[in-house]
Amino acid sequence: MYRYDEFDAAFVAARVEQFREQVARRLAGELTEEQFRPHRLMNGLYLQLHSYMLRIAVPYGALNARQLRKLAEIARKYDRGYGHFTTRQNLQFNWPALKDVPDILAELASVEMHAIQTSGNCIRNVTADHYAGAAADEIADPRPYAEILRQWSSLHPEFSFLPRKFKIAVNGAAHDRAVIQAHDIGLQLVRNDRGELGFTVYVGGGLGRTPFIGRKVREFLPERDLLAYADAILRVYNLEGRRDNKFKARIKILLHEKGLADLRDAIEAEFAAHDRTGLALPAQEIARINAYFALPPLEAKTPVSERVERRRAKDAKFAKFVESNVAPHKTPGYAMVTISLKPIGGVPGDASADQIDAVADLAEDFSHDEARVSHEQNLILPHVALDDLDAVYDRLASVGLATPNAGLISDIIACPGLDYCALATARSIPIAQRLSERFGDGARARAIGPLKIKISGCINACGHHHVGHIGILGLERAGEETYQVTLGGSGDENAAIGEIVGPGFSSETIVEAVETVVETYMARRLGPQEDFLAAFRRVGIAPFKEALYERSAGADI
Amino acid sequence: MSEIVTANRLADGVVVFLDAEGDWVEDFARAAVYADAAAVAAALALGAEAVARSQIVDPYAVAVERRNGHYAPKALREAIRASGPTVRRDLGKQAQGQAPVFTLDANAEGRHVSL
Repeated sequence: MYRYDEFDAAFVAARVEQFREQVARRLAGELTEEQFRPHRLMNGLYLQLHSYMLRIAVPYGALNARQLRKLAEIARKYDRGYGHFTTRQNLQFNWPALKDVPDILAELASVEMHAIQTSGNCIRNVTADHYAGAAADEIADPRPYAEILRQWSSLHPEFSFLPRKFKIAVNGAAHDRAVIQAHDIGLQLVRNDRGELGFTVYVGGGLGRTPFIGRKVREFLPERDLLAYADAILRVYNLEGRRDNKFKARIKILLHEKGLADLRDAIEAEFAAHDRTGLALPAQEIARINAYFALPPLEAKTPVSERVERRRAKDAKFAKFVESNVAPHKTPGYAMVTISLKPIGGVPGDASADQIDAVADLAEDFSHDEARVSHEQNLILPHVALDDLDAVYDRLASVGLATPNAGLISDIIACPGLDYCALATARSIPIAQRLSERFGDGARARAIGPLKIKISGCINACGHHHVGHIGILGLERAGEETYQVTLGGSGDENAAIGEIVGPGFSSETIVEAVETVVETYMARRLGPQEDFLAAFRRVGIAPFKEALYERSAGADI
Repeated sequence: MSEIVTANRLADGVVVFLDAEGDWVEDFARAAVYADAAAVAAALALGAEAVARSQIVDPYAVAVERRNGHYAPKALREAIRASGPTVRRDLGKQAQGQAPVFTLDANAEGRHVSL
C-alpha cells in the first residue's frame, strides 16, 4: 500500500489547517456561503437534505486496518455510528457538523487520508479495479498508475477549475471491473506485441443525464506517457469544454459535439506540441511507486483446501458464501473475499462502526492488512488463505456481513436517493430493499444467476443505472415517485447503455415489474449458462416490453 | 396557501424552521405557518437577515397542508427533509419527536410518520 512521504504528509496537514481557517472565517461571518462553497466542496463537504455530508477519498478503494478503525472512530465520535460506501469507492458520512469537519480531516490526515477533490470541478478521486494486485486474471496492477495520477492531479493548478468534474478509472485485467468506459478517461492496462506495458485510452464516457460509453482514442499508450497524454486530454477539455451550461460541460459533450476524430486529433496535436519530457514517467519512478504495491509475501499452497471442502460438504450456508463471494487469487491457495454490504432488506453500501472495526480486524488477521472498497459498494479482503476462509466467514457472520450474494440479483447498487440527497427526485434505497427481499440470496437468486440491478434516485445517475443489466431511475411525476426501467446496460469491457423499456412504474408496481423482467428472462434463456445480459442481447427488448406492457397489469402510466 | 420557512443551521447543518417569534427552531411543530405571500416574503426577509448573521444557510419556503388536524409538507422531499431518512427511522427529527405528524393512527407515540 502507498505510504505518505514527508511531502504528502505536509501537504495534507497544510490543507487541513487551511480548511480549518476557512471554516473559522465562515462561522465568524467573514466568508459568505457563495465564497465558502467552492472551498468546502474541494474538501468533500456537501450540504445535503438533512445535514452536511462529508465524502472521504479512498484512493483506488484501498484501505488498511488503521484507516478502517479511524473511519469507525469518526463514525462514532462525529457522526451517527455508520458510514456509506459509494460507487466511487469513497466513504460518506451523512451527519457531520461543519464546526467539527476540520477536526475530522485532522483525524483522517493522521492515517494518511483526506477528502480533497471528492467534489468540485476538478479531477476526482481516481478509481480502479477492486481486485487490483490480487486477481488471477490480472495483466498488471492498476494501483501504481492510479497513485501516480492521484499525485499529479492533486491540486493541479491548471486543472482545479475545469468546466465540470472529471473522473479517471484504471483497470488491470482483461475483464473490466472498474467501469472504465463510463469515465471521462478510462485506462485499460495492456501489453503490446513486444510485451511492453501500456494503456488503451478511452475518453468521453459518462452517465448522468446524457449517458455515453467512452470512445477509444489510443489503442496503445506507453506507460511513460501516461501523465503527458492525460495532460493533453485535460488541456483540450479545459480549453474547449463548454462553460456556458453545466449540463453540457463534461468532456463527453465535447466529444459528441466535436466528433471523435477531431477530438482525437486535438489531443494528439496537444500531446505532440507540448514538451513531454517534463511529464515523462521515468522507469525508476514507476518502479518506486510499484514497490509500494508489491504483493505481500504469500507462501504458495495447494489450490484446494481440504478444510474448506470439508465444511462446504456439511454447511450449505458456507458453501453458498464460497460459491458467490470468493474469487480466485493469483497465488495458489489464496482467494479474494467479497464482503457484501447488501444484507437482505438492508441499505446498500452502509456499514456500522462495529462492522467497519470487524473488517479492520479481519484485514489485519487474514488479509495482510489490506481491504478494498468496490464500486459495487462492497468491501474486499484481497489476500485470504483458503485455509482461513472458514474463520473469516464465521467472523463475518457474527457481525452480519456474510450475505452470500456477491454478483447476484440482490447485490444491488443504489445511490442514497431522496432519503439523504438534496438532488434526488425519488427514493432508491427502499426499492433496493424490497427487491433484495423479493429475490433474496438463496436458491431463487442462484437460479437466476449473475444479474446486476443498479438504481439511481435522479438523472445524475450516481447509482449507475444506465449500465445496470436492469437499471432503475427514480423520477418525480406530479408529486409521485415513478421508476423508469432500462434493460441491457453493462459496465464491463462490452459496455452498453441500457434501453428504456417503456413508461415508468409506480413505487407500488416497480418490484412486480422487475419480477416480470426476471420471469421473462428465465422463460427465454437457453439454459442456466446463458446469463441475463447474454439472453437480452440475443432476444432484444421486445419480449420484455410485451411482458411488461401487454400481458402484465404492472404498468400504471 | 400555507407555507413555512426552513433552512439549515450553518454550524451543524441541522434542518431548522422559523417560528412565530422569529427564532430558528428544530421542531417542525413549532414552525410558523404563513397564509399569504406577504407573510412569506416577510419571513424570507428574516431568513436573509439570519443568513447575513451567519446563523443559517439556504432559507426557502415550503408548502404545507393540513392532514388530520396537523400541518405537514406537501412534497415528499420536504416531508423526508422534515422527518429523516425513511430507511432509518432511528435517525433525524423523527427519532427526536420533532417530525411532522402525518397520520393519526393508534401508534403509541402519536407521532407516527407514514410517508
